[in-house]
Amino acid sequence: MNRLARAWDSDIAWSFRHSPVAIVAAVVALLIILSAVLAPWIAPHDPFNPASLNLMDGFTPPMEPNQFTGNVYWLGTDNQGRDIFSAILYGARISLFVGFSAVIFAMVLGISIGLLAAWRGGWVDSLLMRIADVQLSFPSILIALLIFGIARGVIPPAYREEMAIWVLIVAIGLSDWVQFARVVRGAALVEKSKEYVQAARLVGAHPARIVLTHILPNVMGPVLVIATIGLALAIIAEATLSFLGVGVPPTQPSLGTLIRIGQGFLFSGEWWIILFPSIALLALALSVNLLGDWLRDALNPRLK
Amino acid sequence: MTEPLLSVRDLRVEFPTRRGTLTALDGVSFDIMPGEVLGMVGESGAGKSLTGAAIIGLLEPPGRIAGGEIRLRGERIDTLAPDAMRKVRGKRIGMVFQDPLTSLNPLYTVAQQITETIRTHADVSEAEARQRAIALLDRVGIPAAARRIDDYPHHFSGGMRQRVVIALALCAEPELVIADEPTTALDVSVQAQIIDLIKEICAERGAAVMLITHDMGVIAETADRVAVLYAGRLAEIGPVKDVILNAEHPYTRGLMGSIPTLTQESDRLVQIPGAMPRLTAIPRGCAFNPRCGQAFERCRQDRPDPVNRPGNRQVACWLHAPEVTHG
Amino acid sequence: MIAYVLRRIVQSVLVMLVVALVSFSLFRFVGDPVATMMGQEASQADREALRDRLGLNDPVIVQFAGFIARAAQGDFGISYRLQQPVMELILSRLPATLELALISGTLAFVLGVGFGVYTALNRRGWLSGAIMTVSLIGVSLPTFLIGVLLIWVFAVELQWLPSFGRGDTVDVGPWRTGLLTQSGRASIVLPAITLGLYQMTLIMRLVRAEMLEVLRSDYIKFARARGLSDRAVHFGHALKNTLVPVITITGLQLGSIIAFAIITETVFQWPGVGALFINSVQFVDIPVMAAYLMLIALIFVVINLVVDLLYYAVDPRLRVDRAAARH
Repeated sequence: MNRLARAWDSDIAWSFRHSPVAIVAAVVALLIILSAVLAPWIAPHDPFNPASLNLMDGFTPPMEPNQFTGNVYWLGTDNQGRDIFSAILYGARISLFVGFSAVIFAMVLGISIGLLAAWRGGWVDSLLMRIADVQLSFPSILIALLIFGIARGVIPPAYREEMAIWVLIVAIGLSDWVQFARVVRGAALVEKSKEYVQAARLVGAHPARIVLTHILPNVMGPVLVIATIGLALAIIAEATLSFLGVGVPPTQPSLGTLIRIGQGFLFSGEWWIILFPSIALLALALSVNLLGDWLRDALNPRLK
Repeated sequence: MTEPLLSVRDLRVEFPTRRGTLTALDGVSFDIMPGEVLGMVGESGAGKSLTGAAIIGLLEPPGRIAGGEIRLRGERIDTLAPDAMRKVRGKRIGMVFQDPLTSLNPLYTVAQQITETIRTHADVSEAEARQRAIALLDRVGIPAAARRIDDYPHHFSGGMRQRVVIALALCAEPELVIADEPTTALDVSVQAQIIDLIKEICAERGAAVMLITHDMGVIAETADRVAVLYAGRLAEIGPVKDVILNAEHPYTRGLMGSIPTLTQESDRLVQIPGAMPRLTAIPRGCAFNPRCGQAFERCRQDRPDPVNRPGNRQVACWLHAPEVTHG
Repeated sequence: MIAYVLRRIVQSVLVMLVVALVSFSLFRFVGDPVATMMGQEASQADREALRDRLGLNDPVIVQFAGFIARAAQGDFGISYRLQQPVMELILSRLPATLELALISGTLAFVLGVGFGVYTALNRRGWLSGAIMTVSLIGVSLPTFLIGVLLIWVFAVELQWLPSFGRGDTVDVGPWRTGLLTQSGRASIVLPAITLGLYQMTLIMRLVRAEMLEVLRSDYIKFARARGLSDRAVHFGHALKNTLVPVITITGLQLGSIIAFAIITETVFQWPGVGALFINSVQFVDIPVMAAYLMLIALIFVVINLVVDLLYYAVDPRLRVDRAAARH
């Protein structure tokens, strides 16, 4: 059997093919990710080019011709005449960029810390795990806010806007590394005590080699589950911070920023400005969450 | 011949899985007479515990009884409604589980757990239930029972906890006690005491025992008759002495070979090559044929049904089929 | 017991010291307090004088000790943005946050446990499926979006409930409450649901998972085998064992509710400490940030301590005095 056929026949693939929820979630997530990546090519308008905006187009309801210009927008426009659909594509791009970057940052940090704690043991281990415990008892959104606040204090005001996205990634990533560290540390401790690892250490194999060949492959499953659910959490965290007005700058609106902007028009009846970005955010977070949930069950059949 | 207390006929237990239905018990039939101790032996996964769970109506879903019938004093119990079955459990059939450390609810005292059970099955006052509980604990050998009854399970050692479990299984005076590997989790030093206790106390109350174990030594000392299960099928059943001294099924002979004895005959230790097949891969014909030294063509083609043998015995093996001579 | 409590208290104090160190570092190293307080045009000599007066030239350890001494008396300095004592600001807003947190916490606990138990016991029912699906949407739905949605439906479209603020308040001693007026009670409904919904889904999923785990345990199987009624098994045995770990996590959830109130308070313009904190982050108002951090840490540590002691009271296994354990 070749590799592809084996992969198709594996338990994971089997459980995927037999889970309509997982299939729908994967399709929705892929669709959103693809359209976000391809936004510059598929968006009907460039929502951030002021020259292309026409204030006359402002507040156009979805699927109705504008009363002055006669232009039709699928999902309507906001107060500045910005096409909501295009804004969502670009917004999802930023949300996903921040989400993925934050998760990768958290993953690299968490795996490194977990391995270090397991490998060194002793006081290094105790210290790192204590920090993890303390951090875990505080909600990550609070940690992210705090890190964000500190970064604003440290970075001179002139650079704040420019650095905002990176600060956001670091803040979300730093608030989310603990799960990775714990899982990796646990698995590494188990592997470390196994005879072949002991033997490899005795014959002087490089620790990095042992880690790469023996320990990491064993934790890829749980790490993948945490990363998937972590992605949903990071997307929500980014949206939340942006909604609170401490996230990405308004010049680069993410989905959260769009919702923040839209909230102001809720009372005056322009419901589409907030509704469609909200649906996009929900669809993205929900599909990634469902995928994570499914993956956890598929890798952990006992929990079924 | 008296009427059997428990009669199991053609019991079939299935587990639907995504790769198809597994048949975990297939055509198992046996009787238990009132007051009798029936040993049930077999390797892990042979279906011993499942038989017990099926009788008491506590198969873990998705497992289910797919065929056959179970009768208690002639009345079918496998088709009883849940409420009616609940009155059988504990009241008419008691059960002792393997691990006394996990069989008791850690958050309730022993007194609470026993009186609750007594009062579920008998209309007595709290005070009277407590008196009965103390008497029972005293009988199963808990020292200072009147004082220890208010302790939590974690205050007792493993052996003592198993005595509590036995008291719980017996507190509504059942006619049959199913003991599922009751000593496996215990120290060797207390295993014999617990087995003796089960045997004595059940004999005293006239309760029959179905003793599930993989330990032939325990069976040899305790049981009146023994049933041997292999891959969810009954291989052999008969009086314990006859089966041990003169096993008719090659698998049983192999099992007997694994008991170290001091008798002169057992100078060679019989080893059974290979391992019991998984339920997904039970071979055609006799389930034991790939490991059997005496297998012949028919064993690989047709499945042997248990046939009656002299001396109240049954064996499912083509070697003993009436129309066939040894191949 | 006393040793255990003492050890937990020492641990709590240590955690508070660590958080105090973080807060102090914020004060001392993030942003320049002198620059913030004097503005651009102050002379170098004036700056030096102020540094001296503020003790910024003392050794760091002395400064830290001073910080802790002042913090213990509730003195966190003056807000850069509002030019008022930080402690006054926080105390005036704390009742609003606590009322919101308590009401939504109660809501989340009662509904979470109820739904969790229901879905665990009726695992295959359609209503359980519906509840689980809605709960997954609840987990994926960011808190602020729930708030916006509720405002849209109940405040904008139906106009049943107010969309922002606390309504009329009444002073009861130092406590300004909104619960005693009609408009105050109406105002808290939407924020409380918003804040509680997420916690409710978490508690519900936790209760469900724990309950399923407990239902698989040996002592539940044994309880069923003794013929106890479903009600006794589910609510007498399973629920109590489920609640032991649930108490811990729910207690910690109460702490998160206060922290998550940041989001809800922003959406509903609720005049609590969370909204104060968000503003301080936006304006880099370090004294408010530091004080809020200490306040949250204090609440967490106290809740942790209470939960641990509660746990100790509920689970008899923890109460065992090792020296007296009988084996």
